[in-house]
Amino acid sequence: MTGRLPSAVVEEVQPVELAPQSLVNRLHGWITTVDHKRLGIMYILYALVFLVVGGIEATVMRIQLIVPHNNFVSPQVFNRMFTMHGTTMIFFVAMPIVFGFANYLLPLMIGARDMAFPRLNAFSFWMTAFGGCLLYFSLVGAYGLYGAGNAPDVGWFAYAPLTSQTFSRGHSTDFWILAVLISGVGSIGGGVNMVATILCLRCPGMKLEKMPLLVWMYLVMAVLVLIAIGPLTAAQIMLLLDRYLGAHFFDTQAGGSAVLWMHFFWIFGHPEVYILVIPAFAFVSEIIPVFSRKAIFGYPIMVAATLAIGFVSVSVWAHHMFTVGLSPSANTFFVLSTMAIAVPTGIKIFNWLATMWGGKVHFQTPMLFCIGFLFQFLIAGLTGVMLSSAPFDWQLGNSYFVVAHFHYVIVGGILFALFGAFYYWFPKMSGKMYNETLGRLHFALFVIGFHLTFDSLHIPGILGMPRRVYTYEPGRGWDMWNLLATIGVIFQATGILVFAGNLLWSYFKGKSAGSDPWDAWTLEWSTASPPPAYDFALIPSVRSRRPLWDLKHPEDPDWRYEQ
Amino acid sequence: MHFASALSPTNIFAPVSTPANSIFGLALFVLAVAAVIFTVVFSLLVFSVVRFRKRRDDDGREPPQIYGSNQVELAWTVIPTLIVVTLFMATARVIAGIQKPARPAGAVEVVAVGHQFWWEFRYPELKVVTANELHVPLSDPDHPTPTFLTLTSADTDHSFWVPRLAGKTDLIPNRVNTMWIDPHETGLYLGQCAQYCGTQHAKMLLRVYVQTRDEFDRWIQEQNQPAHTDDNVYAGQRIFETTACINCHTVTGTPARGRFGPDLTHLMSRETIASGSVPNTPENLRQWIRNPAALKPGCRMPAMDLGDQEINALAAYLETLR
Repeated sequence: MTGRLPSAVVEEVQPVELAPQSLVNRLHGWITTVDHKRLGIMYILYALVFLVVGGIEATVMRIQLIVPHNNFVSPQVFNRMFTMHGTTMIFFVAMPIVFGFANYLLPLMIGARDMAFPRLNAFSFWMTAFGGCLLYFSLVGAYGLYGAGNAPDVGWFAYAPLTSQTFSRGHSTDFWILAVLISGVGSIGGGVNMVATILCLRCPGMKLEKMPLLVWMYLVMAVLVLIAIGPLTAAQIMLLLDRYLGAHFFDTQAGGSAVLWMHFFWIFGHPEVYILVIPAFAFVSEIIPVFSRKAIFGYPIMVAATLAIGFVSVSVWAHHMFTVGLSPSANTFFVLSTMAIAVPTGIKIFNWLATMWGGKVHFQTPMLFCIGFLFQFLIAGLTGVMLSSAPFDWQLGNSYFVVAHFHYVIVGGILFALFGAFYYWFPKMSGKMYNETLGRLHFALFVIGFHLTFDSLHIPGILGMPRRVYTYEPGRGWDMWNLLATIGVIFQATGILVFAGNLLWSYFKGKSAGSDPWDAWTLEWSTASPPPAYDFALIPSVRSRRPLWDLKHPEDPDWRYEQ
Repeated sequence: MHFASALSPTNIFAPVSTPANSIFGLALFVLAVAAVIFTVVFSLLVFSVVRFRKRRDDDGREPPQIYGSNQVELAWTVIPTLIVVTLFMATARVIAGIQKPARPAGAVEVVAVGHQFWWEFRYPELKVVTANELHVPLSDPDHPTPTFLTLTSADTDHSFWVPRLAGKTDLIPNRVNTMWIDPHETGLYLGQCAQYCGTQHAKMLLRVYVQTRDEFDRWIQEQNQPAHTDDNVYAGQRIFETTACINCHTVTGTPARGRFGPDLTHLMSRETIASGSVPNTPENLRQWIRNPAALKPGCRMPAMDLGDQEINALAAYLETLR
């Protein structure tokens, strides 16, 4: 070991033994913490709770739709269910979970001791958490005309003028506005923190082109957060002004524009898809190389493709609006920009395949989920290309085909990558190894359940079934597919139970994982599991993208080959 | 075609009108391209996983590290770009074909107004107003008589979607959209609202009757007649005209001139009530008057708290509105 390498690793720092703290003290420690690792874990646990809540809402909808003209819930309840499900899953599951992983991983992967602004970090978390609680407080607090609480029922994209005082009386829509607004403040804080951390706190030797791909991808994602959340926040404030101070931005009865809301919402909404999927790309880009035992193929192209996706993703929003009667030239432009995104996305898929090519692929649970991701994301991308063809979208838009498509992206793509990330970094976060058999069982159940539900849902969309209907007519060829989709829920729910059981059991009873269970190459694996509060006893310095590879293979280090 | 429509009366792959048909053609092309890409990439994925799996007799050594290849990267940038350009050009052509149509002399003009949760159809040139069941003439490709729809909304956003006739177009308040259809086959085509518009979005169903030109002209003539009058149902008419019914409903030639709900002048010429939710039978009509929310919870028509006798009289009157 020569040069600057040895300082990269300090093994097993022994913490000073302290007397065990009381529960109150431990809780106090968590609530007042500014440690990026604890905040990261809190983001993730918070998101998992809401994942279960959002999953229950989805289950209620699937039970209602199991047969035509079902009466399991009233239309009012069903409409609240899909509004709450969408809002919860996007703002209070997907966002906090990707922020949680960012919080936990970014400082560890760039060799820093914390995020750039630890207090802002805690503030961001508590804002997000407060937003979620506010949304659910509407169930008891949103006194409508009838003196009973109710949840918002305007849909997660809350098209005007359904959100105006005329059509949405009571306060449920206000709770929705404030919940999204406040969690947006948290997201912006998180975005600022990530950009500052990545740009300013990298350890010696980690130039931009030596950052792990995950860090690059999170940098692009964080910039997108800063671009996208602003318009959403502005729109929510404008809507509040409409509702209470007599503004008429979206009030069509007073000359306002319903289409203006759509523009605002989707200028946020489409970059949002990439805010969620780029972290999924990031996890896959870390896991596939380690489990194929090869360096990522085409690192510079992967970075370029991510930047390209980031740029193009802010110019595609109106593909959500092909049916609102835009001019032919506007439609044509958004077809082109949307289809263009397929090119950098395709490059990524090919690079992941090329990383596996010629490697030795290990099939532990994290890799299984990544292979599931590749397969499902391929299909999600292809149905996305179909929807990007505006005339095809005039048929498929707002149908169950769209529901199937974006669940393929969010569940089949993002959630599968997230599960992979959970199993991959769980040993680092907890210091314990998960149970591999249960992990594989979870994977099998989830693959079966996912495909039963979401493969099926493409068909009724093609056969004319619109989304957001609390019931449907018999005799339209939709019945069997809806039944299959509901059956799939059983498998997915069981899978989630196995996942939760596995994590809990492993946390208390699992075998010790050691600092580097996967024989991996990035800096987080060079410190103890779980890492000490200060992350690294000595700040490491690096010469390549895989500092631990260099350390483990001094005869053949990466820095000799990287341009 | 027969198989496709047998699968579902709302199958997008059973088109009978030019816009739906040109979308169908484009869809087949896009699907074919997607199928080829899927086959290639999926085969590569399966091959990588099977061929490069870790073997039982693995020696534990790391495989050769390959960092990238500019030639290969260039290939999988250029080829997808060419595919995208092809798809884009095919798409742009269909957009222009559907959004910039020629308007022949025989075209029928319809104004469609979306309401929570029903459809108002007005034929301004033919002086006809109806609801939920749109009648249009068959369009002979040699002498096309397409129907041009002008779309707007009285309240929230809606979307007009009859999959076998055309793609959907939204009805947005304070905005005017247009679309067109030129059905080549007579028959009944189903659809429904495709933009979430409130509680009863699911039961805002659509029925389009495509008729031969003679049948269509006859229908227009019937709809042009003023409301049928019948002294035997005077009691029911009196209830109709002295309760709140007339605030929302129109019956031409009577004091009822409301426009919030469907025009009832020729109610009995329609096969369904409650925007296609139930067949227009005497029984359903009575149940609907008694308590609309029982059939369609959340709909905008209130129950008028009428007794059985009043409901019977009222229904008897409505049943004369042929």
